[in-house]
Amino acid sequence: MVVKVISSAEAISEAVKLARPNVIPVYPITPQTKISEKLADYVANGELDSHYIKVESEHSAMSAAMGASGAGVRVFTATSSQGLAYMHEPVFAAAGMRLPIVMADANRALSAPINIWNDQQDSVTERDSGWIQIYAETGQEAFDTTLQAFKIAENSDVLVPTMVCVDGFILTHTVDPVELLEQEDVDAFLPPYKPTHAYLDTKDPMSLGTLADPSHYLEIRYDLEKALQNSLKVIEEVGQEFGDKFGRYYSLLEEYKTDDAEIILVAMGSICGTIKEVVDKQRENGVKVGLVRVRVYRPFPKDAFKKAVGDAKLAILDKDISLGSGGALYLDAKSCVDNPTYGYILGLGGRDVTPKDIDEIIEKTENPEKDIEWIGLKE
Amino acid sequence: MIEIRFHGRGGQGAVTAAEILAKAVFEEGKYTQAFPSFGVERRGAPVTAFTRISEEPIRRRYQIYEPKYVVVLDETLANVVNLSSGLQDDGAVLINTEWGKVPSLEEKNIKTYGIDATKIALDHIGRNIVNTIMLGYLSAKTGVVSIDSLIKTIDNTFKGKVAETNIEATKYIYDISKDE
Repeated sequence: MVVKVISSAEAISEAVKLARPNVIPVYPITPQTKISEKLADYVANGELDSHYIKVESEHSAMSAAMGASGAGVRVFTATSSQGLAYMHEPVFAAAGMRLPIVMADANRALSAPINIWNDQQDSVTERDSGWIQIYAETGQEAFDTTLQAFKIAENSDVLVPTMVCVDGFILTHTVDPVELLEQEDVDAFLPPYKPTHAYLDTKDPMSLGTLADPSHYLEIRYDLEKALQNSLKVIEEVGQEFGDKFGRYYSLLEEYKTDDAEIILVAMGSICGTIKEVVDKQRENGVKVGLVRVRVYRPFPKDAFKKAVGDAKLAILDKDISLGSGGALYLDAKSCVDNPTYGYILGLGGRDVTPKDIDEIIEKTENPEKDIEWIGLKE
Repeated sequence: MIEIRFHGRGGQGAVTAAEILAKAVFEEGKYTQAFPSFGVERRGAPVTAFTRISEEPIRRRYQIYEPKYVVVLDETLANVVNLSSGLQDDGAVLINTEWGKVPSLEEKNIKTYGIDATKIALDHIGRNIVNTIMLGYLSAKTGVVSIDSLIKTIDNTFKGKVAETNIEATKYIYDISKDE
């Protein structure tokens, strides 16, 4: 067992190296660049035997990833913000073609105005694409989730591409201790990918991603939805197996001090670490508050969410907004529970979220005035 | 939890200093976290970086607003940024200064340790890179990190002659500052 003080970007690169992808088509973009640089290093110095494709854009990165995955090999890529937006078209196609690509997204705001800092608008905007989306809270979770992502995506009941989302800078550029795994242990957990269904083979030629007319399209979309629903069970099983093997268990959600909570905060990603500290402090003062961390955002784990929140009042924190409506997580939460639910938009474009902001949200939720509020707005 | 802020200019190694400190205290069995001020860094522009040190796992993920110590790699920053912003009452500023005094800190009665790290860097390393030297100074004045784990981490971070001269300079500043 090796514990290293590294950034999440490096932790993800280490996990990818251990997962031995055959092809890595990638285009650099802040704050993801460290991932593509590290992987280039590993390939160049012989630590990773993989075909590294220096593509000319993110659209090409995902297109090359689809070609490689369609040929039946393990594929990894990474992107962020405008890069993800630019690959929007093939992102949908990769899911529609059921290609189990794994992609890391370093969560960053979208233009305009141009902003390189963290929020989750980029990946949240791709929520309808048919990809599984998992949001990590820490560098350790980023490492562990990257390994799990291949196993989930490649499961024959799933075959859906999977996005590992990490907060840009807050995780990608922050170093803290991460326990790495040994190659032989990872090999046992994650054997090489063997495609069993449709893949390109010169001995048995076929076409992938062809035209489907109105007599077939509806059914194919239905199958994709079914695959995403199947993935809920697989994600839990993989999280359990990972825990049994390596001691760190993962599920669809994380519940923190929710049992007797009257107010439950709901959030995704690194902000949850700060929230846990605030929950502890508020509980010292007798405020019955808890946290549900949504780890898997797509598919949205409706049943687990309903169970986790009970009948508590909900404060949903969104580092994104579906403009003209509300925070995306807020809308998902509201769609599956009848609890009194309040939405808070915060942290957009890298605005720091401090314990004071969380205290304010708890206070506002105790005495709500509006369904949706923005936190930290300057006058 | 001890929170430390580093001020430097792009290219002076403030971010590397924050990370070396994190790795060094981790060697001592402590939990740690280090990160840069998230931004568009350019050579010569003011840069800040941060390190947290704790006996417990660190969960918080916001920036540091009330540091216990502030380490300044370049004294010309005293005219550009508020070096003592949010400094705790029992905290201190450690600054690389040719003059031994920083008027803007003196005016505010900020506890300040000053040393001419640039001279030590030029003498020992042959280049004006003071980040590891200021970590040696931090170790001598505050004890937040031991000189042994600091040197071990510098040795793991750099190679060959660079590691050698940085270690030599770090040891030197520690020895002369510890006995003051």
